[in-house]
Amino acid sequence: MTTSTLEPLLASREIVVYCGSGGVGKTTVAAATGLAAALELGGSVLVLTIDPAKRLADALGLEGIGNVERRVPDETLRAAGLEPRGELYAAMLDTKASWDDLVLRHAPDEETAYTVLNNSLYQNITARFVQSHDYIAMERLYDLHTNGRYDLIVVDTPPTRNAIDFLEAPTRMAEFFGGRLLRWLTMPYRLGGRRGARVVNFASRPFYQLADRILGSQFLQDIAEFFLSFQSMYDGFVARAEAVERLLHDRRTTFAVVTTLEGAPLREAEFFAHELTKRRFPFGAMVLNRVLPDFLTSSDGQASATVIADHADQLAKGLAALDEPGLDDADAIARVLGTMTATFRDYSVVATRERELRGELGQAPEVVASVPAFPDDVHDLGGLARIGRALLASP
Amino acid sequence: MNPSPVGAGFLDRRLLFFTGKGGVGKSTVTAATALMASERGKRVLLVEVDAKGNLTSLFEHPPVGFEPVEVYPGVSAMQMRTEAALSEYLRMTLRVPVLARLGPLANVLDFVATAAPGVREILTVGKVCSEVRESIEGRADWDLVLVDAAATGHVIAQLDSPRAIQGMVQVGPVRQQTEWMVELLSDPATTALHVVTAPEEMPVNETIGLVDRARAELHVPLGSVIVNRVLPEPFTRGDEPVFEALLDGAPRDRLEAEAGTGVGAVLEATRLAVSMRRSRAVHLTQLRAAVDLPLVYLPYLFVRDHGLRVTHMVAEHLAEELGL
Repeated sequence: MTTSTLEPLLASREIVVYCGSGGVGKTTVAAATGLAAALELGGSVLVLTIDPAKRLADALGLEGIGNVERRVPDETLRAAGLEPRGELYAAMLDTKASWDDLVLRHAPDEETAYTVLNNSLYQNITARFVQSHDYIAMERLYDLHTNGRYDLIVVDTPPTRNAIDFLEAPTRMAEFFGGRLLRWLTMPYRLGGRRGARVVNFASRPFYQLADRILGSQFLQDIAEFFLSFQSMYDGFVARAEAVERLLHDRRTTFAVVTTLEGAPLREAEFFAHELTKRRFPFGAMVLNRVLPDFLTSSDGQASATVIADHADQLAKGLAALDEPGLDDADAIARVLGTMTATFRDYSVVATRERELRGELGQAPEVVASVPAFPDDVHDLGGLARIGRALLASP
Repeated sequence: MNPSPVGAGFLDRRLLFFTGKGGVGKSTVTAATALMASERGKRVLLVEVDAKGNLTSLFEHPPVGFEPVEVYPGVSAMQMRTEAALSEYLRMTLRVPVLARLGPLANVLDFVATAAPGVREILTVGKVCSEVRESIEGRADWDLVLVDAAATGHVIAQLDSPRAIQGMVQVGPVRQQTEWMVELLSDPATTALHVVTAPEEMPVNETIGLVDRARAELHVPLGSVIVNRVLPEPFTRGDEPVFEALLDGAPRDRLEAEAGTGVGAVLEATRLAVSMRRSRAVHLTQLRAAVDLPLVYLPYLFVRDHGLRVTHMVAEHLAEELGL
């Protein structure tokens, strides 16, 4: 049985993870979901966002803050005409700070921690690599969830090059730091001991020979040194990654896929839905965003457009004869009527395409919610609340 | 006709990168450029960098692999695969004899590529650059290499990877390889980076941010900003009050009496179009004020289908806008 409201899901789960391709309004929908939960369901609700538009960040009071959660003050909500039942918090993901926290937490001693933090490879990997964003977003989610302060956490996922990357991020991280490959790669260094790393002759092994030719030995040494330091954190890291993975599979979590009714985003959404199901992640909802209104495809709208188009001149003369302010030029009125019908038909074509694509939606979860297209980007609490109402609305 | 500043020169450089925020139509614009170039007699190599496999669907062609396949007369397409790019590089440049003998090498290199910053990026950019070099030296057929590059968030790391690697690797063949790549990428007669955007808040902000960062951090010359999906202005300034006068009162009653109950839908649709256009115009103004690159406008297409026909339509608009 398919419903169109997110309400039961928000009332029964502790984590909602939003995914979807870039540009579909994922961040806005995530923020609106959090706001709707705080307004209608109560409790402590946290929105964890990745890269909000500036005006959205401003609306949530996120401007200029780092990795810490901030409460959206009740006065701010009231000023926007909203009466909260619960508390709304918002946080922005700071990848670098989250990685540094993780290193500090798992390092056996301060020296190791700072060796890692100062390593240029570490800085490069954490700051520049998409995979590291994927992992750290899930890691941060775990951290916020386990501290128990929030009844509901709504997460916006980072834009990924490959949509499913972040689902695999915890597993991959665990493999990455603990794999046999790493052991093999750093073997000459471990044999020579950490201090002796630079004098080891590893020319005897074909791999190192090749790697040396390709990358230069200094680079390889830097890599090895970094991973040797990191290895001391291995156990903590892997245990953590496994816990994150478990939490994502837990029934307390639900995944929601956001899409617009356009070809490419929809294909990606369906791919996403397929992968979530295949990997046994709890896939709870699909949110169709920026859906054009139904009146655009109405048959009486089409009929009226035809009449207006066919009799524009005649209608214009009649309207000009009404002697209403601003309506004296019959030519201008005819022109305007022509534009109106052309515009209606243009938008009608797009709305029809949306209906068709919606009809072709394959695998659908229990909840399929729709958010109407609003003329402007939503950038204030009032606009978010409007989307939130659409998400909670029953048919 | 007034050609815009990018105009006629648009297809003269050999290597064009297209970036943009997700959802703005970066792949469509890249594919349309390929179509436009092929119709002007150019042999085009189209490179899809993000492994989504959607690019060739714009030609109604099934997905392609690492080996270029002709997807339209004059347009060949390939999908970047870093592993394949690496083995090709090893085979051709280092003349590593039999890879199979090195056993788990592929896995190890995959690991290194994940661990070491820039390795994936350098393989991608390296493959693209080598196709351009081969064609300049007459060993490959391409007049033009078009890259559907990484999205705005990642493209700097991608295009800057040769220099990033230079900073880390002091000696060896990789160091030498990056030198000619940097030269090719920073040559304004050869290379340009075009930014595709849409008149909406986030795409415009990302475009402004990217252009600033690219100027500061990147040696790849910037080409133009291509604004996709620009909505038409429904009314002239003089006609808009006429439309507003029709929205209620006696004129509206009259319209409904003559044209039926659907008049409300027609008026509402028009009102939606007017306010959408208006809110987007704000972002266009912001873009124009903040970016001093040539802007190329492509209209929003009110069409039912997708695929090759739409790619053709975008190509026609692009050619017209460029004065080609």
